Amino acid sequence: MTFPKLVRRERASLSVMIAAPFVALAIAALSNLVLYAAIGVNPLAVFKAMLIDPFTSYFSFSEILLKAGPLLLIAQGLAIGFRAKVFNIGAEGQFVLGAICASAIPVYMPQATGAWIWPTMLVFGMLGGLAWASITAFWRVRLNANEILVSLMLSFLALQLLNYLLLGPWKDPMGFNFPQSVMFQYDALLPILLPGTRVNISLILALLVTLAAWFFVQRSFAGYRLEVGGLAPNAARYAGFSQSGAIWLSLLIGGAAAGLAGAAEVAGPVGQLQRSISTGYGFAAIIVAYLGGLHPIGILFSSFLMAALYIGGDNAMVSAKLPIAAVNVFQGSLLLAYLIAATFVRRKLVWPQGARA
Amino acid sequence: MAQPLLSLRGVTKRYGPVHANSGVDLDVMPGAIHAILGENGAGKSTLMKLIYGVETPDEGTIEWRGEPTQIGSPAIARRLGIGMVFQHFSLFETLTVAENVSLLVPGKKKELTERIVQLGKEFGLEVDPLAHVHALSVGERQRVEIIRCLMVDPKLLILDEPTSVLPPQSVDLLFDTLRRLSARGVSILFISHKLEEIRSICTHATILRGGKVTGNVVPRDFDAHTLATMMIGRDMPHLSATEPVKRGEKQLEILGLSLASDDPFGVSLKDISLHVREGEILGIAGVSGNGQTELAAVISGETPLPKAMRDGISMLGQKAGALNPARRRELGFAFVPEDRLGQGTVPELSLVKNSILTAHRRGMVQSGMIRRGRAETFAEDCIAENDVRTPGPTAEAGSLSGGNLQKFIIGRELMLEPKLLFLNQPTWGVDIGAATAIRKRLIELRSAGCAILVISEELEELFELSDYMQVLSEGRLSARFKTSETAPEDIGRAMIDASEGAA
Repeated sequence: MTFPKLVRRERASLSVMIAAPFVALAIAALSNLVLYAAIGVNPLAVFKAMLIDPFTSYFSFSEILLKAGPLLLIAQGLAIGFRAKVFNIGAEGQFVLGAICASAIPVYMPQATGAWIWPTMLVFGMLGGLAWASITAFWRVRLNANEILVSLMLSFLALQLLNYLLLGPWKDPMGFNFPQSVMFQYDALLPILLPGTRVNISLILALLVTLAAWFFVQRSFAGYRLEVGGLAPNAARYAGFSQSGAIWLSLLIGGAAAGLAGAAEVAGPVGQLQRSISTGYGFAAIIVAYLGGLHPIGILFSSFLMAALYIGGDNAMVSAKLPIAAVNVFQGSLLLAYLIAATFVRRKLVWPQGARA
Repeated sequence: MAQPLLSLRGVTKRYGPVHANSGVDLDVMPGAIHAILGENGAGKSTLMKLIYGVETPDEGTIEWRGEPTQIGSPAIARRLGIGMVFQHFSLFETLTVAENVSLLVPGKKKELTERIVQLGKEFGLEVDPLAHVHALSVGERQRVEIIRCLMVDPKLLILDEPTSVLPPQSVDLLFDTLRRLSARGVSILFISHKLEEIRSICTHATILRGGKVTGNVVPRDFDAHTLATMMIGRDMPHLSATEPVKRGEKQLEILGLSLASDDPFGVSLKDISLHVREGEILGIAGVSGNGQTELAAVISGETPLPKAMRDGISMLGQKAGALNPARRRELGFAFVPEDRLGQGTVPELSLVKNSILTAHRRGMVQSGMIRRGRAETFAEDCIAENDVRTPGPTAEAGSLSGGNLQKFIIGRELMLEPKLLFLNQPTWGVDIGAATAIRKRLIELRSAGCAILVISEELEELFELSDYMQVLSEGRLSARFKTSETAPEDIGRAMIDASEGAA
């Protein structure tokens, strides 16, 4: 028996690059429908709840946009690092720190008013995420500590910091002992973009960040240096591009973007600092970044897809009685299917001759 | 006429639009030492891959002992009795000779060990079966590769540029082995571009040009110049005679530099001293693996020096010990590295983007943004001026053949108009036509006042190029030889002397 061989292509295949996410979605959808049938849930009902319903009403579509914002922001930041092979897995922690730092203003100045408040909160959030990511960068550059582990562990630390603040100094004194901060004043909330929905101007920010990411990746010299460092570290060394500079830049961009997303979350739909702000956006954004082929435009699409799956998953849990674990399985299998499909961008299967005849 | 052992008819292999081989006919007779001659990119390697089952032909037939055969994989090739010794050895350095052999050859270790010794005696391939490979010299490693092929009693042995890694004295030993094998009826396919070697050992030669067979000759009947003309399809470019140039300032000086290697299989540099002046070429001779890579990384700045050693190197009138490669380039330094894919270029990026790698200072970046137009013009000029054969500047570097990629890299570095140029193995694997063109340009550049340092394994090349030579052996650099007053034997002796202990 002869097996086909995986052979490197002459050059990356553009058609496969574009087709890969769709093929991955199809494979993940089909295999999960089988799973749903196996656990006794009507696959067609799930399919309708997950993939059709989110697009049928103005409100549920606006919820997709709301979810897509933070995913888009975080994923754009992460993708820049991933292209440079700097694996910041701790965006969740940087997101939480962004939320905490942004909340400091309304927590300590609950009476303050003025148009400066929400923009300042966003800046604080960015700085918070950036500072949290810089811990990882520092140890990676200084001691070559693996950034995957350090950033991931720091995420758990960030959650404990959030717990401490909400159970201690930042707990709302009038909040019936619930672990949450005060409700933010009006000026500490982001302006609403689409009337009648929760979609705020952070979506515009996310789109601007996407545009900036595109210029950074495609046109800037700094982006080029990161790309070379990711593809061929020896070539980067030969050219004299600093490796520690690449690590710092990658992590700081990723941390700032995640921190901004965290700030926009507390200043947006949530309106206060709560434990539940950590819903796994930072981890889902990793899937979004890869699903988008680490390309700014691809990520634009993949973040909306992932947001739709979130809303669809919520729908399916409610209307088709799908357990939440099944929604997570779907996300996981989607990433897995994509990584398999993406293999074929630079490689192809070749059957040994004779076996084909 | 006897039946050929291996017979190819009309074999064609395409990679996209490129015909690597088209309609190749080849007959290898039993016991022949058969040369495959050709420029780089002529399709020699592809042809060998087809015979060894690494690739399968798109068209044509392969007959093995008169039977049409599909060679679908190297395992099938080995079963048929085809062995191959690659240019880059496929041995595990941390394992012993016997362990390496046992990875491919079935059998008990004790029996294998005995057979290694026995084969070694029979064919002049003595090597200690229990030695660890990392402790062996390059010549010994090649013997291990050959023995590993001989263990399965091959009918055909393919050797890809086997002499390129050997010091001159070891080449004779190898040839003795090959003659003994041939006398036993083993056929040998010998890939090389060293014409004198082919004339001295090969009984047949098939010449490839542009993927097609352009001649089948008995190499002894022709002189090297005629063979070269057949191979490149035009007259050989001539080198301008090396005339002495009035030498100027020291552009590179290294004084008493020692550096311990971090890598357990690396070579530590010991008390290295050298200098290169304006208008002279200094050649560093020696067999690879004697500290060439380490020395190159120190000169280029890729290896940062410890503080205590930083005063040991100065270039272009400045202390350079603390400067990274980019800062050294700003001074007027250019460097052609040994590894073309992954160091000299990024394989996944286009030639345009690979131009930016070292030439970005030439107006390709403005306020942090890349000016694509400038980079494209640069890449197009580089391709045109250096006869780089490629579909165009948007082709990925990884799709170019080794020789063409090297032309691109050397072209790119020369376009930086360096005052100090450093090349590591500049013509390694590059065909004779392109290699001569490269050497010619280097001599012109030197005569124009550039200081040039060349590390090369090819003694002939260094004798052609350099004004002065030094030999690098086990991390030590010999005294300076004046090329015009030195014979190849002196250099060969300097190589052997220093490595006597290990070899």
